[in-house]
Amino acid sequence: MNISIFDVTGPVMIGPSSSHTAGAARLAYVAAAIAPDGFWQVKFGLAGSFAKTGRGHGTDKALLAGALGLSPDDTGIRDAYALAKARGISYDFETIELPDSHENSARITFLYEGGETFYVEGSSIGGGRILVTNLNGLAAEFSAESPTLITMQYDRQGVVSAITQLLAEQNINIGVMRVNRTARGDVASTVIETDAPVPETIVRALKSTPNIIRVCAVSV
Amino acid sequence: MYNTLEQLAAAAADRPMHEVVIADEAALTDASPETIFETMRARWRVMCESASLALDAPQPMQPPLIAGQSRRQAVYARGATLTGGALNEMMARALSASEVNASMGRICAAPTAGACGVIPAVLHFAVQRTGAEEDEAVKALLVASGVGAVITRNATVAGAEGGCQAECGTAAAMAAAGAVYLAHGSPEACIHAAAIALVNCMGLICDPVAGLVQFPCSFRNASQSVNAIASADMALAGQRSVIPPDEVVDAMYRTGRALPASMRETAEGGVAATPTGRRIAKNL
Repeated sequence: MNISIFDVTGPVMIGPSSSHTAGAARLAYVAAAIAPDGFWQVKFGLAGSFAKTGRGHGTDKALLAGALGLSPDDTGIRDAYALAKARGISYDFETIELPDSHENSARITFLYEGGETFYVEGSSIGGGRILVTNLNGLAAEFSAESPTLITMQYDRQGVVSAITQLLAEQNINIGVMRVNRTARGDVASTVIETDAPVPETIVRALKSTPNIIRVCAVSV
Repeated sequence: MYNTLEQLAAAAADRPMHEVVIADEAALTDASPETIFETMRARWRVMCESASLALDAPQPMQPPLIAGQSRRQAVYARGATLTGGALNEMMARALSASEVNASMGRICAAPTAGACGVIPAVLHFAVQRTGAEEDEAVKALLVASGVGAVITRNATVAGAEGGCQAECGTAAAMAAAGAVYLAHGSPEACIHAAAIALVNCMGLICDPVAGLVQFPCSFRNASQSVNAIASADMALAGQRSVIPPDEVVDAMYRTGRALPASMRETAEGGVAATPTGRRIAKNL
């Protein structure tokens, strides 16, 4: 059998829709885990069926709750608006076009005090599963189903090998690894899916590695 | 190893069927049998909670098309009824999970969120009838999940692809197999119960009013629970589907693909396309 019984009896999720609620919550949760902390506003650009039929399925609440760090099975999702208010986070929803993307897609943009922004694009692809397709302008393609280590770095020789060496030293096996860059010598991203969660010590060590700008470990 | 219902039943000739399902899952994901069993136990508990939460507390939802259905059925179940208190309580549990799902509460999709009430309602009923312990319920849920994996692999469980027969119908097939397992039926009886449940709802369309997972979804959860338990009892009595179970799964798939798009979750057919259905959609 090539299908997991836990994809059949599961996921454990907040209703009513695996694609419009659970997938939305998961996408925003992963986006917030990747984005820098301390945002004061979050903007949701909804495309396709997210924009058309999302509201009746609580897509708005699921996205907002995920951006606020609630996991996809947290019953607090239905009170996402009150939670955002309590935390002083403002939010905005708009309809956008995301050409060539899946039916249920969104761009989630985090805004910071100094005017900086960070955005993540991705899709809910059915059964509560997601695909992250863009990290602040860098193409990506990962599901966050396995523990995932994401770094953004200056595109210099030796950075990627420094990352993989650190993982090897801690006996973390790499399942899938992808490197993407905007232009030669500019900013690049590395997305590594691992068999075991990446310990905090590795994240800290990577943060002090030359030429690495951002590091985060995502595990849903 | 199994990829079909016949293979699942054959592999269960010399060991319990839930162990066959665990072995395939372990081979697929490298998880230990203990981890697989305990993960399924955790899901069973989420199911039980969702199937009881609304029995005495109507769940808030917008618009409240199905709020209070579960309590209404549960109250009725305690008085004089046509089919008896136990069967009415089973329907109330299916309605509860549907209400919890519609109110953005926590559920376990099985095989989908829209069909999440069938399996907990049916297995809870069968547990009470057989006096089984929780471990037996988890084993039945593993068997149900194995049947669901076959249907997912060889047909579809998405309403947008196969209609309600693929969602609530598959849930009924899974639940029927699990209920037979709880009643110590044979592997052959398990897969024939699943086939009979699918035969009984073949062609059932997906026509959610206003595109919401409320009406007729909650009633379909309740009625497919009754279908599941009736199919289980027929299989336990020795009834067999004349068409072999795997051919029935294939027929369900082909029937689903042959349904017009208006009857596959688009809210453009069936009761969704009635004047009242359209008015509810317009007033959202």
